[in-house]
Amino acid sequence: MTVVRTQSSTTNKVLGYPLNVWYVAAWDKELTRKPMSRKVAGRPLALYRTEDGKAVALADACWHRLAPLSMGKTLGKDQIQCPYHGIVYNSAGRCVSMPAQETINPSATVPSFPVVERHRYVWVWLGDPTQADPELVPDMHQLDSKEWAGDGETIHAPCNFQLVLDNLMDLTHEEFIHSSSIGQEELSESDFVVTHDDGTVTVSRWMFNIEAPPFWLKNMRDKFPGFEGRVDRWQIITFRSPSVINIDVGVAKAGTGAFEGDRSQGVNGFVMNAITPESDKSCHYFWAFMRNYRLDSQLITTQLRDGVHGVFGEDEAMLAAQQAAIDANPDYEFYNLNIDAGGMWVRRLIERQLEAEGRLVPVA
Amino acid sequence: MAASNIEVWQLGTVVEVEKIATDVQRVVLEPSLPRKAEPGSHIDVMVRIDGTEDRRSYSIVESSEDGTRLAISVLKAPLSRGGSVFIHSLLPGDELEITQPLQNFPLRVGAGRYILLAGGIGITAMINMARVLKNIRADYTFVYAGRSRAVMAYLEELQEVHGENLVVHVDDEGTPLDVHSLVDSATEDTELYMCGPIRLMDAVRRTWTARGLSYPNLRYETFGNSGWHDPEEFIVKVPRLGLEVPVGKGRSMLEALEDAGADMMFDCRKGECGLCEVRVLKLEGTIDHRDVFYSARQKNATEKMACCVSRAVTSPTGLASEASASGPAVVTIEVS
Ligand code: FES
Ligand code: FES
Ligand SMILES: [Fe+2]
Repeated sequence: MTVVRTQSSTTNKVLGYPLNVWYVAAWDKELTRKPMSRKVAGRPLALYRTEDGKAVALADACWHRLAPLSMGKTLGKDQIQCPYHGIVYNSAGRCVSMPAQETINPSATVPSFPVVERHRYVWVWLGDPTQADPELVPDMHQLDSKEWAGDGETIHAPCNFQLVLDNLMDLTHEEFIHSSSIGQEELSESDFVVTHDDGTVTVSRWMFNIEAPPFWLKNMRDKFPGFEGRVDRWQIITFRSPSVINIDVGVAKAGTGAFEGDRSQGVNGFVMNAITPESDKSCHYFWAFMRNYRLDSQLITTQLRDGVHGVFGEDEAMLAAQQAAIDANPDYEFYNLNIDAGGMWVRRLIERQLEAEGRLVPVA
Repeated sequence: MAASNIEVWQLGTVVEVEKIATDVQRVVLEPSLPRKAEPGSHIDVMVRIDGTEDRRSYSIVESSEDGTRLAISVLKAPLSRGGSVFIHSLLPGDELEITQPLQNFPLRVGAGRYILLAGGIGITAMINMARVLKNIRADYTFVYAGRSRAVMAYLEELQEVHGENLVVHVDDEGTPLDVHSLVDSATEDTELYMCGPIRLMDAVRRTWTARGLSYPNLRYETFGNSGWHDPEEFIVKVPRLGLEVPVGKGRSMLEALEDAGADMMFDCRKGECGLCEVRVLKLEGTIDHRDVFYSARQKNATEKMACCVSRAVTSPTGLASEASASGPAVVTIEVS
């Protein structure tokens, strides 16, 4: 194995992406009989469903002249036809018809990638298919559990996926970027605890007896009409290598025991984030905000989704500007602060995975 | 996955040679730019035949996890075009030009059942696949057919590794392969991967289609180097170009025409793509179609042939010993 180490690659401004992992390629609702294109981890994919609803991911380049299959159409039970000269492939990527000849060339195949549908997301595996164990799909059960309700969206973020992971692992930025909704001074002032194991990193922050910022005050009043007063607030961020971050967030009436485990006097949300690298400088950022109260209120679902949409729009603007500044200053390095501990562990876990895949190479 | 077949030529150093069966030489190479070999992949090798360079494809039988050691195994075929003789002459320390592992025969993970079928030296393409199927605990049967045990490379070792999953058929022990019952054992979710002589593969293809099994589930690799007939020397004429060229047993018609100065179009040079098509104007003899490009109907029509692999012969049975005494076959063609 040729592993080239740069000094402290953990601070690379562009981190590579592992391949022997499940990445979210799309929301379940996005895949239909009409093929769509999406680039995941540098690989353009044609995504569609078979007649009986199975999700399919093929390389989005015809074996013949590389025309995008996503511009083609689905046929029969599980087939897709190239839009250019009409070669037809089945869902395994094998050619089943070559219109201009009487035989089928035995080499005519396009790569077909393992797909799993779980928790409302469509996951694909671009690396070694013999390792594509569906059990490795990260737990995001809140997305389709009866105890939780909510919805989400996708952001096409023009930055390296690592910048989004950094953003989510350190929420002190809320005080500055999201001052009108969820930000407050106590975020930067309060202490946080970082832990990690081989595949996860957790950052927990508790703030006691504080004012609820506008977003949380509204949520409290949805559950406890007319609520006034101070709250205890938590953010428990869990990263699952290499691309999922679930954030357990909430507030409860101050001093009612939320920290000790009784959250009955509060409101609890889970932000389900899956950040899928697209290229070195872009990613698909799938998120949803799930809650475990007032489950039957579509109004609250929509309000929360729209509210978080606004909040994440502020992140998106910053991430785009940050990537642009990184690109504009190629000779400047990152500096790492104490608040970056979570993000630094994330980088280290990803780096280890890249190393295991023999793909840890310095970025020029 | 055919991730990338863009060739990266490099040096391969011979580190081991070993005779592992009658006329079968195993050669272990250390590539200068190692890359892990996926099951089903091969390398292309520059061989020297009578002082000229030529290119041959050999399946990768085994590779180390990191690709620093690749093993190929080559049968010295009496009627081969000469590449196998060159490989058999290699000694440790020799260096040759090779590509990285190339993939035209990918194994798909996730089929309900697998049958791997190897005929003779075709075993080289299947060993790596079988190893992966065993490792991922797939449901597979590995069928290995040969003329006699002495010529069947890797037999004992495979029996040890695959136990009951390996089914052996040996002609001279009276246990030849019965293609019909083999194909009958395939279910709708079975993928059959095969590599072997063209007669065997044709028989399986026909039976597979006759049984109505899904054609894309039948996977095979051909290097275009075997036919229904033994190769004979024959004559090719191209009236428009004023050419009349003998094609020796060890040469292809395409090579002979190129040597004679004809500007020929081609791509795969193994009977797959159909780019080397020539139109047959006149024929004295029979055409031994060795390609997989034309359908049976087209082959019977003898109007066209893939000149990179197909040949003209006189022997009615296919055996060289029964070739006509009254002179070689002659095929008159038009080229594009
Ligand atoms: S590019 Fe797809 S059939 Fe030609
Ligand atoms: S060159 Fe492809 S069939 Fe002859
Ligand atoms: Fe944010």
